[in-house]
Amino acid sequence: MTNITEKLELFEVFVRSKRGLDHKHVGSLHAEDHEQALEYARDCYTRRSEGVSIWVVKSADICASQEDDADCFYDPSDDKPYRHATYYVLPDPVNNM
Amino acid sequence: MTPQEENFMRKIEAEEKIEPKDWMPEAYRKNLIRQISQHAHSEVIGMQPEGNWITRAPSLRRKAVLLSKVQDEAGHGLYLYSACETLGISRSEMIEQLQTGKAKYSSIFNYPTLTWADVGAIGWLVDGAAIVNQVSLQRTSYGPYSRGMIRICKEESFHQRQGYEAMLALAKGSPEQKAMAQDALNRFYWPALMMFGPHDSESAHSQKSMEWKIKRETNDDLRQKFVDQTVKQIEVLGLEHPDKNIKWNEERGHYDSSDLNWDEFWSVINGNGHCNRQRIEHHVAAHDEGEWVRDAISAYNEKKRAKKAQNAA
Repeated sequence: MTNITEKLELFEVFVRSKRGLDHKHVGSLHAEDHEQALEYARDCYTRRSEGVSIWVVKSADICASQEDDADCFYDPSDDKPYRHATYYVLPDPVNNM
Repeated sequence: MTPQEENFMRKIEAEEKIEPKDWMPEAYRKNLIRQISQHAHSEVIGMQPEGNWITRAPSLRRKAVLLSKVQDEAGHGLYLYSACETLGISRSEMIEQLQTGKAKYSSIFNYPTLTWADVGAIGWLVDGAAIVNQVSLQRTSYGPYSRGMIRICKEESFHQRQGYEAMLALAKGSPEQKAMAQDALNRFYWPALMMFGPHDSESAHSQKSMEWKIKRETNDDLRQKFVDQTVKQIEVLGLEHPDKNIKWNEERGHYDSSDLNWDEFWSVINGNGHCNRQRIEHHVAAHDEGEWVRDAISAYNEKKRAKKAQNAA
């Protein structure tokens, strides 16, 4: 059996469902190149007008943070509560600011 | 329990999803690969019994609808294969397991589609049963599987509705058409109930799957849901219920029904259904016939690589 899907590259697909909204990750697929990935993505992920724009990105090109390292990775912002609006106690009459 | 196991169980208990890069027990991974690949294979093999009727659909509208539905099933197969690949198994390994019989698919697709009414019955009952199962699986603990289920459920509702509509047309048609609808209902009702799997007490993987929240409801509970919802639907069609023992149980708040023919169930699972051999043979043939496309892609890749190397030199 030819391992064709292993020869093809893996792409991640992002779809913008409506102008003004973000592109959202919807899934992945194997394709020969970007152009083919776009066509496959159209056939597979937008059969019911789910989108007005599609991004395809080679999965190998995505650089991701490690969730296991989340503690130290996000540590620098953990001790800065003053970055949150709720940190500031204001008098009741103006608290809806 | 190791700290890793503890961390894993803490996420499960807190209803947090498990994601591909997270540590997970090997048995959890294996169990998921078995369930998701089986689910993917079912979508793909499921195209055959219905595909059988595309060229003979009774009208252009029915043909377009059926084509569209079968195309959806291919898409659902893709979503599920992709979800399964995140667990570290390749697509070709899964296909090999399907073709060699190591991996199963839903036994319902080993039943033949003898008449046009069967296509309606499949959409209504088989997709209907699948939806009951899949709605429950939207809350499964593995993130990629859960997201796949949510997407599939969104698309699947049309499958059941088009099937019921086709049944309705037959049930309200000529006496011959109505008889055809009744016959399809009689043949597909029982296998549809078997889709939920063996009784909880007989189900090999159920307990661990529930504990890990891969499955959220038991086979018997899901089956009961389907039995309950189908009674009214049969009534509206004006057809006879295939189960002569179907009876509302006030105390339980559910319908009581006959037990299933479990010998038939195990026999079909073990390869002795009407169409087991034909389904796999067809899959292998279709795969082999696609060989030249895969060869062409490889050759084109090679050519592109050579050209790139030449340009770089």
